[in-house]
Amino acid sequence: MNAPVLNTTAPHKQHLIDPEICIRCNTCEETCPVDAVTHDDNNYVVDPDKCNFCLDCIAPCPTGSIDNWRMVGKPYTVAEQFSWNELPVQEQIELNAAAEKGDGEAEDDEAARLIAQAHQGAGGKSIAPASASKPKINLYNRSKPALATVTGNLRLTAAEADNDVRHIILDFGAQVFPVLEGQSIGIVAPGTDKDGKPHNIRLYSVASPREGEKTGANNLSLTVKREPNGVCSNYLCGLKKGDQVQVTGPFGATFLMPDDPSANIIMICTGTGSAPFRGFTERRRRNMKDAPGRMMLYFGARRPEELPYFGPLQKVPDGLLRKHFAYSRVAGEPKTYVQDRMRQTADEVAVFLKNDRTHVYLCGLKGMESGVDEAFADICRGAGIDWSGLRTQMRAQGRYHVETY
Amino acid sequence: MNLMNVDYSTQIPNNVGLTEDPRVLKALETWHPGYLDWWQDMGPEGFQESLVYLRTAVSVDPKGWAKFDYVKMPQYRWGILLAPAEESRKVPFGQHYGEAAWQEVPGEHRAMLRRLIVIQGDTEPASVEQQRHLGKTAPSLYDMRNLFQVNVEEGRHLWAMVYLLQKYFGRDGREEADELLRRRSGSTDAPRMLGAFNEATPDWLSFFMFTFFTDRDGKMQLESLAQSGFDPLSRTCRFMLTEEAHHMFVGETGVGRTVQRTCEAMKAAGIEDPYDVARIRALGVIDLPTVQKKLNLHYSLSLDLFGSEVSTNAANAFNAGIKGRFQETKIEDDHKLTNSTYPVLKLVDGEIKRVDEPALTALNMRLRDDYTNDCGKGVERWNKVIEKTGVQFRLELPHVAFHRHIGEFKDVHATPSGILLDDATWAKQRDQYLPSTADGDFISELMKPVMEVGQFAGWIAAPKVGIDNKPGDFEYVKIAA
Repeated sequence: MNAPVLNTTAPHKQHLIDPEICIRCNTCEETCPVDAVTHDDNNYVVDPDKCNFCLDCIAPCPTGSIDNWRMVGKPYTVAEQFSWNELPVQEQIELNAAAEKGDGEAEDDEAARLIAQAHQGAGGKSIAPASASKPKINLYNRSKPALATVTGNLRLTAAEADNDVRHIILDFGAQVFPVLEGQSIGIVAPGTDKDGKPHNIRLYSVASPREGEKTGANNLSLTVKREPNGVCSNYLCGLKKGDQVQVTGPFGATFLMPDDPSANIIMICTGTGSAPFRGFTERRRRNMKDAPGRMMLYFGARRPEELPYFGPLQKVPDGLLRKHFAYSRVAGEPKTYVQDRMRQTADEVAVFLKNDRTHVYLCGLKGMESGVDEAFADICRGAGIDWSGLRTQMRAQGRYHVETY
Repeated sequence: MNLMNVDYSTQIPNNVGLTEDPRVLKALETWHPGYLDWWQDMGPEGFQESLVYLRTAVSVDPKGWAKFDYVKMPQYRWGILLAPAEESRKVPFGQHYGEAAWQEVPGEHRAMLRRLIVIQGDTEPASVEQQRHLGKTAPSLYDMRNLFQVNVEEGRHLWAMVYLLQKYFGRDGREEADELLRRRSGSTDAPRMLGAFNEATPDWLSFFMFTFFTDRDGKMQLESLAQSGFDPLSRTCRFMLTEEAHHMFVGETGVGRTVQRTCEAMKAAGIEDPYDVARIRALGVIDLPTVQKKLNLHYSLSLDLFGSEVSTNAANAFNAGIKGRFQETKIEDDHKLTNSTYPVLKLVDGEIKRVDEPALTALNMRLRDDYTNDCGKGVERWNKVIEKTGVQFRLELPHVAFHRHIGEFKDVHATPSGILLDDATWAKQRDQYLPSTADGDFISELMKPVMEVGQFAGWIAAPKVGIDNKPGDFEYVKIAA
């Protein structure tokens, strides 16, 4: 006997149009390059057999009705959609733990677990900045990965440095892979582990802005540090131009930059934790040159030679980005960590924190969390601010973000 | 150059290769300061320095034409954007059917084309002028942003028409372009060319009705001009239609949110009778019968924009391959209309009757029917909103003979259901069908600005989703930037 289709089909995303918001202007049907959008006298609908998630229809839609998605076992047919007066509620299907928790960071168990761990340091539920663009998540998964081509793999750290950190550029060709600054992608290393199981997915923050490493190119960049015995990092760092990589995602719906040009951004990172902040900075540099909001970066590394993007960062003007570097292993100099640099510039930090348009982001090793938190507490004490209260408030307003590993 | 992407190197963003066309570039640069003066004088009053979250096209392909960012309106990059050219496009109707589409103006149709472009162009700045006071009474920052988006895009549509005039019509075109900045909506000396564009837009319900009904006339006209054998006009109009969709959206959801709020307030107060006007108004919402009167007014004014039902001008424009029918390429016939007929509503011996007329001369009627059909569907979606709340009321489009000033029914009075009335009865009953002075006063009183982030005036519901998917507390306009 055939098992019911519902149980044999893995849940997947279906693109739908909200009939209560749609004004039937025909723009989507006109735009769709594969004729997946069609209509009758009642509704405009998306044919699940034709839609390839290219998202061409999303921006031109004047109403936002086009940007609706459901996880389904079996897709709603065109005929079903024609009969709707409103969108159906999300059906109760076997969704993964992440969706049940309602975090909405990823609808993929593996990725959701990794993001949840990374965000723990925020000390509560993560909320995206109010003005952040809406991210797309989970367009690709392990069973249906995107195939990216390596178009660049550059060593960022000096040859004599202990660390091998790389800037890797992945091109998606004709596939749609929209990312926002701060989002992550999953990399599937080929092969199996010692038990013969496929390798775990590893998440990497995107280091380029949404427009791509190069504006208009359908690519993105990653900042990857070669870890001793790290299967995925060694795989990535060893890639050559032209190699192909299986990618899942995008993931992450809260560690996003505010789109509001008047938002101030404090970014605190170590090592490859700088990746998302490179994306933030590039976004502002390319698209919001005259933004009234200020950006400030605290960046820790052992030595200048080991600080990813040290050279390019020097060229970013102070007006766009205030830079504070902290080195912990420079011969003849006292060990300085990011929290020390923060204390040294306490006045600046306090001015930022008193402004309700300021957003704080931490990214890097878990070990930095407590030191940075104490530094914030000290700075606030000196400025007559209750840090614990402020942090709770900022987190609730989507202005305090932690992503550590 | 890549004609898909927009060239920002000149003062006037464009995808028509202006840098290689110094004559037209210079003409437009000469026209530009006058345009900016007009915008300062006649554009949105009181908010020229505010930062508004607007969309601007950076290319005409789907990925690039709706980029959102904060901008001060006078610094909005008004540009000249044509939809991508269709390879070996043919004239899709009329006596030149099947011939290659024209890239230059055919000499014999020059005057007719110029006139159509000028009329279309004249409506664009007119609506900006009509709406210039509305910012001050916006029911929310969200609505204010939508108003300003409509305004800057109407401004861009003016640019689109002016480009055609400057590029293809020599000195005549230049003079017409200047005239477009000289006429003023509602002026006695130099009024705008069409009636509906000289009417006031006194309040936000009028604005929503205007964008639903009058901008929808614009959509129909643009659709038929997008069929044109004159390819630059076709491409211009095709891109304008993508923007026009936002204007329909503002109108449809604006009225929808108004009636939703009214129904919710009635239900909450336990009022079942939608005609219990005094009690409903006391709730601070607009009663549905008044919404119906506004609808009657704006629909009937917009019908006049289609001109006479039977028109030789329309026939000539079609024959010449200049203005087609709504979705011409999707119609299955000979696209020449030499022998076919079309039923037209006429006044025959004091009665409204359907009479077959040659299809060629009945083109205005046909376009108006397509328009009515399109409007009707939107009205039904409003009715669904009402139905969902459980209130017993239906909004209806009035009869096409109701309150007309142009065409077959201009000399008679008719009720919204199409019953002819004598002058005296009409005078007595007029206020049942159209907004009275008292209705206008009541609505005016409700129009108190709400400028706190995420807040809405009491007479209108919040939208279901934000613009560009922004959350409810997004600051769409930074008023004191």
